[in-house]
Amino acid sequence: MSETLISARGLTKRYGDFTAVDAIDFDVAKGESFGLLGPNGAGKSTTMRIIAATSQRTSGTITILGRDPEEHGPQIRAHLGVVPQQDNLDTELTVSENLFIYGRYFGLGKKFIRNKIYELLEFAQLEEKRDVKVDTLSGGMKRRLTIARALVSEPDILMLDEPTTGLDPQARHILWDRLFRLKEIGVTLVITTHFMDEAEQLCDRLVVMDKGKIMAEGSPLELIKTHSTKEVLEVRFGSDRNKEIAPSLRAICSRMEELPDRILMYVEDGEALLEEILNRKLHPTTSLVRRSSLEDVFLRLTGRTLIE
Amino acid sequence: MNAGIDVARVRSIGALYVAESRISAMLKWKGIIAIVAIGNPLFYLIAIGIGVGVLVDENSGTSGTGGVEYITFIAPALLASAAITAALDEAMFPVIEGFKWRKLFYAMNATPITGPQIALGVFIAALMRVVFTVICYWAVLIAFGVISVAQSWDVIPVTIFAAGAFAAIIMAITAKVKNDDYFMTILGRLIVMPMFLFSGTFFPLNTMPTFLQPIGWISPLWHATELGRHFSYGYSLSAMMLAIHFAFLLALLIGGFALANRTFTTRLTR
Repeated sequence: MSETLISARGLTKRYGDFTAVDAIDFDVAKGESFGLLGPNGAGKSTTMRIIAATSQRTSGTITILGRDPEEHGPQIRAHLGVVPQQDNLDTELTVSENLFIYGRYFGLGKKFIRNKIYELLEFAQLEEKRDVKVDTLSGGMKRRLTIARALVSEPDILMLDEPTTGLDPQARHILWDRLFRLKEIGVTLVITTHFMDEAEQLCDRLVVMDKGKIMAEGSPLELIKTHSTKEVLEVRFGSDRNKEIAPSLRAICSRMEELPDRILMYVEDGEALLEEILNRKLHPTTSLVRRSSLEDVFLRLTGRTLIE
Repeated sequence: MNAGIDVARVRSIGALYVAESRISAMLKWKGIIAIVAIGNPLFYLIAIGIGVGVLVDENSGTSGTGGVEYITFIAPALLASAAITAALDEAMFPVIEGFKWRKLFYAMNATPITGPQIALGVFIAALMRVVFTVICYWAVLIAFGVISVAQSWDVIPVTIFAAGAFAAIIMAITAKVKNDDYFMTILGRLIVMPMFLFSGTFFPLNTMPTFLQPIGWISPLWHATELGRHFSYGYSLSAMMLAIHFAFLLALLIGGFALANRTFTTRLTR
């Protein structure tokens, strides 16, 4: 068992009557890539801010790098790299100035930071943008710069809050590639996301959160195994007929989810089920057999989809 | 763990790192800052000194201004007002920007830097801009022969102190602001502008109707102006009034910091 970097027990955060984080327990081990998956408002970002030693918990306990953030905020923050949901770069300054200034906040020497900037610009694929004002960068570049900035102090834990939200598919893939490299060299990652594909790509282990609570925990594969079936058959009969046909489908499949636009049928063998449906002359307008994903896990656990 | 990280150093001089970043951002505007710092006194001296000043001096002599030329009378007031405007610029916009527009303070606070250090850093940077503005203004006044070096050098630290006190309280108030649209309109048009007009800038406060005079009493600009006159051309102030002016500004400075420290911390750690 490797060293535990973060450990939370009964962690709770309330804002007045509203409970944003409701008595959650989790541990993050060194070198692990840990994910918090859930829809908007599940309490992921609040949990992140508590781990980042900026927001104070209401009750419960948490230690980060062996310390209590209530008493040792600056000491903990000195060894974290934080990538917030919204880029908060100084857009008036250049790319390298942003990195330089941020390094100073950790008390790092000028020489160390100057050398580090070369390395980070290469990592973020921003070498040519070195002396360009941040204002003029694309969304994907800004995101990479924010990640590079978080790495300036060589943090023990890199925290990413919704790292690819708002990026186009190409920019997302570039970012995933960069994050995957960090994972390979053993950087401990804590990631929140409401994209199941992102969680599957990047996380070794994750917790599914909803309404401030942890609904399930495990590796993406374990979660799928435990809470879903091997395959999913998606059928559409047109939004009017879906409701009408659902009862006859129920007769041949014990686990189904009816969504407004389609019906999801959970089975071990999707093709066989589809054949059975066609034999019964139920002719769906479209059909698709796919592997189960975390989206299905979430749907199973909460009865709702991740992105609504 | 990165051995280069120095938490103890950040704990002691973190505010300077914040000031360093604020000054880097300010230097992107250095041209405009310099033009304002030098252009402002030039325009005022020409318009008021040559225009209004001649009119006042010819019609009423120096009886209304305590025995000095009108331009000498208003010079320290304009100096104080320029210093306070610079303080306002650098204490208000960076704070709104830091908490709301670009959330830079949250980025700073994700490091070992604390809320009170951010407040102090913003203050130090604002003070640098004030120092620059005051020295430019003063140099123009000297160049135009409005005041003399020997008699007026001490107006520089006094005006910087007054503008600093103003910066502290503005920073504290701005940190509380959630809706910046209304705030800037109200602050600019209903507080700063009347303060400029009713603080004894263009005429002695005691020539105003008594019921309007309290505007001056609570205005940092009036206290700064009275001190500026005293230290630039020997306008006479009793020891008690001197003490009151200093005490009022000191209270703003201390109160401003106490409030800013608390507000910065709660807003960042919510």
